[in-house]
Amino acid sequence: MNPWYSVLISLFIVIGLVLIALIGVGSIGLNSLFGVYIPYVAFAVFIIGFIWRVVEWARAPVPFKIPTTGGQGKSLPWMKHEKLDSPFTTGQVIVRMLLEVFLFRSLFRNVKGELRGGPRLTFASSKWLWLFGILFHYSFLTIVLRHLRFFTEPVPQWVQLISSLDGFFEILVPTFFLTDAAFLLAATLLFLRRVVIPQVRYISLPNDYFPLLLILGIGISGILMRQVFHVDLEKVKELAIGLAAFSPTVPKELGSVFYVHLFLVSVLAAYIPWSKIMHAAGVFMSPTRNMANNNRAVRHINPWNYPVKVHTYEEYEDDFRAKMKEVGLPVDKE
Amino acid sequence: MSLEGLPKPENLHIDFEAPQTDWMETPTTFRSGTFSFPAAPKNIKYMGMANPREWSPTEEDWKLPDNWRQIILDGLKERLEKFRSFRLFMDICVRCGACADKCHFFLGGGDPKNMPVLRAELLRSVYRKDYTLAGKILGRMVGARDLDLKVLKEWFYYFYQCTECRRCSLYCPYGIDTAEITMIGRELLNLVGLNINWVQEPVANCFRTGNHLGIPPHGLIDMWEFCVDDIENVTGIRVDLPVNRKGAEILMVTPSGDYFADPGTYTFMGYLMLFHELGLDYTWSTYASEGGNFGLFTSHETIKRLNAKIYAEAKRLGVKWILGGECGHMWRVIHQYMDTMNGPADFLEVPKSPFTGTVFENARSSKMVHITEFTSDLIKHGKLNLDPSRNDKVIATYHDSCNTARAAGLLDEPRYVIKAVCNNFYEMPENTIREETFCCGGGAGLGNDENIEMRMRGGFPRANAVNYVRDEHGVNRLLCMCAIDRATLTALMHYWAPDVEVGGIHELVANALIMKGEDERKTDLRGEPLPGMEDMEEEEDV
Repeated sequence: MNPWYSVLISLFIVIGLVLIALIGVGSIGLNSLFGVYIPYVAFAVFIIGFIWRVVEWARAPVPFKIPTTGGQGKSLPWMKHEKLDSPFTTGQVIVRMLLEVFLFRSLFRNVKGELRGGPRLTFASSKWLWLFGILFHYSFLTIVLRHLRFFTEPVPQWVQLISSLDGFFEILVPTFFLTDAAFLLAATLLFLRRVVIPQVRYISLPNDYFPLLLILGIGISGILMRQVFHVDLEKVKELAIGLAAFSPTVPKELGSVFYVHLFLVSVLAAYIPWSKIMHAAGVFMSPTRNMANNNRAVRHINPWNYPVKVHTYEEYEDDFRAKMKEVGLPVDKE
Repeated sequence: MSLEGLPKPENLHIDFEAPQTDWMETPTTFRSGTFSFPAAPKNIKYMGMANPREWSPTEEDWKLPDNWRQIILDGLKERLEKFRSFRLFMDICVRCGACADKCHFFLGGGDPKNMPVLRAELLRSVYRKDYTLAGKILGRMVGARDLDLKVLKEWFYYFYQCTECRRCSLYCPYGIDTAEITMIGRELLNLVGLNINWVQEPVANCFRTGNHLGIPPHGLIDMWEFCVDDIENVTGIRVDLPVNRKGAEILMVTPSGDYFADPGTYTFMGYLMLFHELGLDYTWSTYASEGGNFGLFTSHETIKRLNAKIYAEAKRLGVKWILGGECGHMWRVIHQYMDTMNGPADFLEVPKSPFTGTVFENARSSKMVHITEFTSDLIKHGKLNLDPSRNDKVIATYHDSCNTARAAGLLDEPRYVIKAVCNNFYEMPENTIREETFCCGGGAGLGNDENIEMRMRGGFPRANAVNYVRDEHGVNRLLCMCAIDRATLTALMHYWAPDVEVGGIHELVANALIMKGEDERKTDLRGEPLPGMEDMEEEEDV
């Protein structure tokens, strides 16, 4: 699909979603639909869908132990074993996985190959994707955790701590969160990267642009409602606590931009289980990363291992017995 | 191998620019030099596999069964249910592109469908169409497409343009392994009889005679005795050649490439000399005369059918454990598949070196030890009398095979052995060795003559790194422990780096090995005069 078409169609869908919320709440007044029912349905789809997908993966067996080894395996006692990249024990696998999940270690390896005249290739470390990725994921996580202050009363201390650290510089009123800026920056960079690098543009699908633009929409609407439209956060909290307690009341005068934000979040939640964002769960189950390189020491069982037709030694000897005897090879049957 | 049709290396056109057309719209052209010939019907028939017939990729009609589409889709469904890896890799790719410039075929050719992500999308697009709701409804919008003949032909071209080297999987943030996708892609193609002869013939040969080259037992004895004669010429010692001997302690299995042609033969001679000098109680087998396993390039079932011989023969001969020679993909099979497929090998004992007493704990279950594990242990314990200066003419670098590096983690054993037997050793640049090693360009059954242009392109990143150490340090020998490498790298060096020779590790071990009662060595195993012996050679000639 033409890349520009993919970008545009994703953009139109996100704009369409914004309009749906604006019209639905602003013109038709479907506040309960957008404030209660859609979020509930979306959240249910998210939870059930997420579990569904994970169960679907988990149901497929792992017939072979196929870790990708990234360093010296455990071998002779005096040979230095790379425990993280070639884990031998479950503990070492767990450490490898933790580093993968929390620090994106494989992405950190990234090396860019460049073609020069000759022809000649040069390689240079390239950490941009890793940096954008880390920035994006950690600011996203912080923002999600910060939002817990809307769902809890009293607000747990660690949530307050995150919020106050995040707003450390106390710029603007209300305080502008650092992670909001980091988040928008990272999402924009990830988007630009996709559009600018020719190879990445060539492989990108609407499924790649849409979630990024949707997430950008969520970020922008969130900042707008906080910094520009000054949505009443007490009322937001009233709705949020009601939703969490399953006895929602829809406060009046929440402002359309809040509903846009909430609707886009609902769409994202419902979209996640059917999208590539499931990599968040999938990374834990990847057999090339979550298995130990102890193949020859600990036998792995394939649950569907079945007998196959082989060419037995007896058949082989039958084929070649005379010749074998001629050259003095021992035979089992004279 | 014929390099004649190829442009000179400096004129080989490489372009990373993507085509104007979207990849789903870009047709596959079967250009001479970039694809492998189909399997001969007899080789498919012998294995009892599907649709044996004469056909050609360049012709319109591929002579497929009428219901080929259903066969493939059913096969796809079955594999989604049998392999978590496959199902997961179909679902979780985010197309970040980290893998794009990790593939040697992309780096040497620039075809975007050789970016691992796109190679996988060839299959994913069909998966989405038939197994995801969004794909069913939205089609192209979500990267889904129907499986038609065009797609099938594209699969054939690109799944036989991947060497299953796993380099991309190292850099993938989710560990998506293109080797896994290619293996299953090829399995599906095999269901309708789309396979290549350079894979299928070794498979059929190995099934029948025990080795890829189809050498019958009496032929093996000839070849092996020829090596014994050569050793006698160099050392004056006639080494033992135990074959099919019951009651030996160890069964030795090596790839047939080691005894079939130079420079593999020198490595084979190296094993014979080492074992003779040690007085190792071992045997070769004619029935299990192949360590390699082209089943890996065919289907999981074929891997198992061919691999079964090794344990079966170990049991029949009553050995205690198994030793394996220098090979790449063989070690993927031995390390990651054999025990699961054909084990448990409970009739064998945990391998223990008879000379050092070292117990190979890492092979406790599979009971099979890699030759460099065995030899490095011997060297560490001072069990070998070595004179590395005999290899002083060799300025070596070492190429890690993809499979021993990324599917086993056998990285330092070979280096330890090399450094003990060779004084001049230089590593290639760091992003091209160890777990980041580049493929020779001809693995996974693609090392055939007709595919020569793709091989030279795919091997370019490796050759590029060799050129670097050749220019910096005067490297003249590219060492490797893989039989496919020894064949394909030789051609690759001929094209990209003509003054670099290729060889195995145990060739250098044997050169350096001081054997009891040997004549004064004048030449190495290749018949080249040793350092300081050039004059004597000439005198003798007179």
